[in-house]
Amino acid sequence: MTSSARLPPGGGGIGVGDEPAEPEEPEPLDAPRAADAALVKRPIGAGPTGRRPAAAVPRPAARAVPRSRAAVLTVALAVALLAAAVLAAGVGAYHLSPGDVLSSAAHRLRLGGDGLGRVGESVLWNVRLPRVVLALLVGASLGCAGALMQGVFGNPLAEPGVIGISMGAAVGAVAAIALGIDVFGNWTVSAFAFVSGLATVLLVYALSRSGGRTEVVTLILTGIAVNAFAGALIGLFIFFADNAQVTQITFWQLGSLSQATWPKVLAVLPCAAVGLAVAPLYARKLDLLALGERPARHLGVDVERLRIALVLVVALLTAAAVAVAGVITFVGLLVPHLLRMAAGPGHRFLIPGSALGGALVLVVADLAARTVAEPAELPLGVLTALVGSPFFFWLLRRTRRRQGGWA
Amino acid sequence: MIRTLLGARRDRRPPEPLPAGGTAAEARGLVVRLGGRTVLDGVALTATAGRLTALVGPNGAGKSTLLAALAGDLAPEAGEVLVRGRNVAGWAPAELAMRRSVLPQSASLAFPFPVGDVVRMGRAPWSGTPAEDADDEAVAWALAATETAEFAGRPFAELSGGERARVALARVLAQRAGLLLLDEPTAALDLRHQELVLRLARERAAAGDAVVVVLHDLGLAAAYADEVTVLDGGRVAASGPPAEVFDCALLSEVYRHPVEVLAHPRTDALLVVPRREP
Repeated sequence: MTSSARLPPGGGGIGVGDEPAEPEEPEPLDAPRAADAALVKRPIGAGPTGRRPAAAVPRPAARAVPRSRAAVLTVALAVALLAAAVLAAGVGAYHLSPGDVLSSAAHRLRLGGDGLGRVGESVLWNVRLPRVVLALLVGASLGCAGALMQGVFGNPLAEPGVIGISMGAAVGAVAAIALGIDVFGNWTVSAFAFVSGLATVLLVYALSRSGGRTEVVTLILTGIAVNAFAGALIGLFIFFADNAQVTQITFWQLGSLSQATWPKVLAVLPCAAVGLAVAPLYARKLDLLALGERPARHLGVDVERLRIALVLVVALLTAAAVAVAGVITFVGLLVPHLLRMAAGPGHRFLIPGSALGGALVLVVADLAARTVAEPAELPLGVLTALVGSPFFFWLLRRTRRRQGGWA
Repeated sequence: MIRTLLGARRDRRPPEPLPAGGTAAEARGLVVRLGGRTVLDGVALTATAGRLTALVGPNGAGKSTLLAALAGDLAPEAGEVLVRGRNVAGWAPAELAMRRSVLPQSASLAFPFPVGDVVRMGRAPWSGTPAEDADDEAVAWALAATETAEFAGRPFAELSGGERARVALARVLAQRAGLLLLDEPTAALDLRHQELVLRLARERAAAGDAVVVVLHDLGLAAAYADEVTVLDGGRVAASGPPAEVFDCALLSEVYRHPVEVLAHPRTDALLVVPRREP
């Protein structure tokens, strides 16, 4: 373990040579002792120093804090997401106030409120809302996929974009566009993205693991290789595509939601919904996987099956996102990371939290992409990369400093 | 259908308590090859409820491999490992986890969980069973027993090597499986905590668990083990109570270094020391 380049976020190198000095042991707190004495069956280790065994039981203090923080964060994220969605649905060339948006929604749900007139209704329901909903689905998928992938690899730098899964999925989608394949109708691009995304996850997984662990350097280098190869394949498809297809493909590579329509929403919905619904069921097992593969197995986790299931879920979520929005990187890296810093690494919060956070980030990012350079529109993928890359730099530097270099 | 797909618990049967003297695990004629090298060659071992068995031997003798085979981590080339009378490969992971716990040689953690959560992970096999109600008590006891309760709220990554080793042990104790397989639990520990850990292991044996411990310190093995199995080059060189097994000639040959076995002048306990020329 000693010279490994494994990176625990916010926690310091584990098993790295620079062991912290034995800290002074504080006297156990007195307050909870009476209650706890009953729990501690056999007080062993009233050692030679005569010190009483530490009977302060950690549970109330140690666990309650992250729990409640997680609850507060979940509510805050949900409220922020709702607010951002209402705002994003209103802002644009044809301006609608949040009040208009809410009243139109209430009207449609037959809860009272007034419609907005023909143009307003059309802008809101046929242009803005599909886009907001799509941003939400794509963001949730990417955030969730990032959290899962970091858990499976036991490595906080794993992210669908960084290690090439997004590009891999894009190859399938681009192939479908360039070759004009239409076998599954509306779902063709999604299906192709899924298959090639899945193949890429399996490839990266096989290439970057040795001895049951994934070294950071191997993972990143594998990502570079995979990204290069996928880029070459995409280049090849562009070479053979006609002009209209090239435009469509380029748009893909930059990542954008500007062609959002309800049918597109429907095309990703099954993938994203299944992935998002299934992911939280693995939270507890992912926690155990943090101990390593063997210890997880010793605690009853069928590691092989867990891994295969999660790789499928990650491919599903990434494919869903890539199929409609192209390659959007760093959301899956940034969101789980920030949440882990804020509320601890427990996956029971991290997985749904990352889905919420990812959705929030992408709704806001898409709003920014539409509005900062009005009337032009920035590609969304470019925007997330602009913000995300410096964060990635910082993460690399931080982990590097902690370990004293990349062995 | 979805439940089976997700690997959800089929009928996980909690184990029957093992009667004192019952066999918790057994290796018969075990042959293990790793990377073309025969690491274990016809090894037999029995882990008995209520007894502490020490595995000793020089580096590379196959102690950890034997422990891993008992844990069900390795597929043997020949021979078999039985846990509670059933082939270890025949148990579902979730069922096996209720019957045996394993302390690995080194503890690592990919994400900065606090110590209390790490120990609580030991309770995972019991989630959804009636034993779940004992979670809090088991965790509190394990933390107190290993003297780690005071840093239960700190991230695991901030601990020193010795503290981590004790936290890992606490997790294994919290699991409360009837068979404890401990791979060098004392390696990173100071004298006081070495004694603490082995006292704990003894105590678990006295409470009816079967305990198998890989040890390097022959003095500790002599002091705490009911039985000692000496491995040498993948074979069992000797097996039995420490007083019978720890013999100058045998140990000197196995370790290829002269070894003396003495009685403590005051307590008559066995002392095993390498002979050093002045």
